[in-house]
Amino acid sequence: MTKADIVSEVYEKVGLSKKEATDIVETVLDTIKDTLKGGETVKIAGFGNFVIREKGSRKGRNPKTGENIEITPRKVVTFKPSMIFKDFVDKGKEETA
Amino acid sequence: MTKAELVEKVSDKVDGLTKKQTEVIINTIFDSIKDSLAIGDKIEIRGFGSFKIRSRKQREGRNPKTGSPVSVPSKKVPFFKAGKELKELVDNK
Repeated sequence: MTKADIVSEVYEKVGLSKKEATDIVETVLDTIKDTLKGGETVKIAGFGNFVIREKGSRKGRNPKTGENIEITPRKVVTFKPSMIFKDFVDKGKEETA
Repeated sequence: MTKAELVEKVSDKVDGLTKKQTEVIINTIFDSIKDSLAIGDKIEIRGFGSFKIRSRKQREGRNPKTGSPVSVPSKKVPFFKAGKELKELVDNK
């Protein structure tokens, strides 16, 4: 499934043009991205939380040359799925919430 | 930011879109991702990231209260991998 498929789902669900549906899906994704960029967690009830984690520096190795390198501290996005999402995927349980 | 705040922001940004419509749209987006993963399909959103199913093998665990060994069954869990653009955006150096 790609963004285009998600746009189609939205298009079929609500009475909007394809163009409008595309713009809105983009706006939703951009809003989530901007929030994460600011270091803020995004919590979607029934789906999960997108959280920024700060990783300290650690030692690594260039797999090609075997050379020891320092991996710089960085911020990464992690996703913690909600219980509902996990159950839904694992057992195909119907969502009740 | 919660889902309610996301609804608020998106409906403010798009002309002529009510909060109710925005809520339906946002629910549709996340439901379609869930439905797709539940049937084993993966989702790739360019510039954002991808959702996949990861299988966890059955393993031996312990009841933390009694210490008695228990078998934890194999399971499928949703997994998100941030895309290049999102990774770079978040790690704004």
